[in-house]
Parts: sequence; C-alpha cells; structure tokens
Amino acid sequence: MSVEKKGPSSWDVLFAGFWRENPVFVMLLGACPTLAVTNNVINCFAMGISVLFVLVMSGILISLLRNFIPKQVRIASFIVVIATFVTIVDYVIPTISLDLYDSLGAFIQLIVVNCIILGRAEACASRNGVGRAILDAIGMGVGFTIALLCLGVVREVLGNGTLLMNTPYEISLFGANFEPWSIMILPPGGFFVLGMELLVINWFRKRKEARALATAKA
Amino acid sequence: MNPESLPSVFINACIVNNFVLSMFLGICPFLGVSNKRGTAVRMGIAVTFVMLVCSVCTYGINIVLDSVGAPYLKLICYIVVIASAVQLVEMVIKKYSPALFRALGIFLPLITTNCAILALAMFQTQKEYNFIQCIVYAVGAGAGYTLALIIMAGMREKLELADVPDVAQGAAITLILAGILSLAFMGFAGLGS
Repeated sequence: MSVEKKGPSSWDVLFAGFWRENPVFVMLLGACPTLAVTNNVINCFAMGISVLFVLVMSGILISLLRNFIPKQVRIASFIVVIATFVTIVDYVIPTISLDLYDSLGAFIQLIVVNCIILGRAEACASRNGVGRAILDAIGMGVGFTIALLCLGVVREVLGNGTLLMNTPYEISLFGANFEPWSIMILPPGGFFVLGMELLVINWFRKRKEARALATAKA
Repeated sequence: MNPESLPSVFINACIVNNFVLSMFLGICPFLGVSNKRGTAVRMGIAVTFVMLVCSVCTYGINIVLDSVGAPYLKLICYIVVIASAVQLVEMVIKKYSPALFRALGIFLPLITTNCAILALAMFQTQKEYNFIQCIVYAVGAGAGYTLALIIMAGMREKLELADVPDVAQGAAITLILAGILSLAFMGFAGLGS
C-alpha cells in the first residue's frame, strides 16, 4: 500500500511518462486523437488537459474502488468510470469556449475510448494506491500533452505560419509573404509529421544504443 | 430529419469522409492489423458487423433517452451498449462458427475500444439520420474501414520486399505510407455532396 516500498521511486513513476515511456512516441497509444486534433497548438493544449483531467480523476476513483470491483467485470466498470468523467469534460468545455468545442468536435467524447486511459487504469490504477495512481496519471497525461504539442507546433508553423492561432496571443512567424504549406494542417500532414517524428526518435535511440555498445566494448 | 439520399450517405461514409484516412478514427487497429491481407479482410468484416449492430442499438437508445429527457447519459449508454454488443457478437460467433472465432482471435474483444464504432454512434446522432439512413451509414463506414485496411495491407505486403532504411522500420514507415494513402483519398473530396 505504501507508495515507496521497493521498485521505482515516486519521482520515477511521475517522470516515466514524460519521455522515457511516453504514451504516444514510445508506446504508440492514443494515436487517433494525436493525429486528429493536432492541426493547431491551442487544440493540443485543450485536448492534453482534458485527457490529463480524465486520467487523474479516473485514476483516483479506480484506485479507491480497486478492492470492490470484481475481476470479471473490471474493464466494463473502468469504462463506465471513464465515460462519466468524459461527460463532465464534454459539458465543461463549451462553457469555456464554443469555438474550441467545435474545432475539437467528436474527439472530446472519444476520449472514452482513448487506449491510454484504459491502459493506465488496468496497468496502474487498479493495482496501486491512490498516491501512486495520481503520480502515474499526471506523468502520462503530461507526456501525452508534450507529444501532442510536438506534433501541433510543427503542423501549425508549417501549415499556417503562426503559433497559437485563433487566440488573442496569435504570433505570425514569417510575415505576410509566407505561402502556407497547407497539406500540413490537412489529414495527410498528421500522418507525415508523426511518421517523421518517430523516425527522428528512432534515429536518436539507435545512435545511443550504438554508442553504449561502443563504450561497452572499449 | 436529414434529407441526404442513401447513395450519397454511403459514398460519404465509405470514401469521401473515410473513417480511417480522413477522420483518423480507428488508427490503432489500422496500424496493428494491416500486415496481412487475410487478417485485414477479417478484421474489416468484424468491424462492419459490430458497426451495424451498434448503429441499430444507438438508434434505439436515442429514442429511449430522448423520451426520458436524459441526453447527458448518451455517452455512457453508447459505450456500455457497444461493449455488450461486442461481447454478444463474440458469443454468437463462438457458438455458430468456431473457425471464424479462432480466425478473429484477439481482434474481436479489441473492437470495443475502436474509436470508429463510438464515433459512428455519435455522428449518426449528430446528423439526425433516420433508421434506414443509419443502417446505410454503418455499412458504408464499415466498407470504408475494410477498404482502407485492405489497401494498407496490400502496400505493406509489398513493403516487406523493399529496402527500407533502418531508422524508418516499423511504425515510422507505416505512418508515412498512411499519409500518402490519405493524400490519395483527398482526391475524392467533394464527391457525392
């Protein structure tokens, strides 16, 4: 029950999701919203924070209920818990900004079937105490947001020449003569950018492995 | 009531707004299952079938929820119905066709978390389709999903013979392929509207 009893420390649990076990880049989970909502930066923020909220809240509740939920129906129970919090998000976002709600569209409700949330519920929250479940949920949620921003920034800068478009803080990066590369904000751009980023990450990992091998030999 | 004609509903769901390639729905199984053409076809058929069942169920749920005035329960009801529909389909297939059950294997239970299904339920509600339109929409979306899977599987089978750079192996090259395919599907924009 106690949080720090052998195994990884709390900080490890928290930071694992940021990069080392990043849900999108390393585990390739939740690809649908990653590709669909990343055509501008503000959408990424909204989506990331919504997922973070649902992850943390459902993590807490599932962790508290973990001894009461029978093993056979656990997946169904997790989904109902998750769906409840997603419904809350779905009713809160339009009160904050209707434009945002329109541009995220069905993907807010589709957070229910985001495999990251169900995956963390099954792998972490249902087996650990509340403290650890919260840390893990925050780590994964922030990791997801980072991944979304990695895609969103590239796609918006190339596809529209701006940062933070549709907000009061919009910054135009290239001046008036910039010809936007609009394929980047269309569906194919999502596939291309994620593919390229995975390629770059792979390249770094391969290089690191090669170096580790070389130092091991020496 | 939506006045859209049935062929237009079908073409829209299947090609113009293809669930995988232009709406990014059901990407996980799309990347996971599209290695071999055989499994791709079977997965496509299973998804189409579940879509059809869920589409009919959703239509019923909407009538019930509207009559009791509880639209905020929609999401929870949909997901529970989808989960139980998948379970039901699994049991029926297991009883009547063990061969097909073995062939589908793990893909069948995973359909529950395929976002294409839940999205179908939401879109048909949003577009206010009538019963017949709902069925056509579900079949069209399923056909589009199957089409995307089969094309992707065909391309990936060819890719095995190609000389892909080391760093691009695996998910990276698959995503870039999907991007090119999605680019091709953008050519259909405007059709049927």
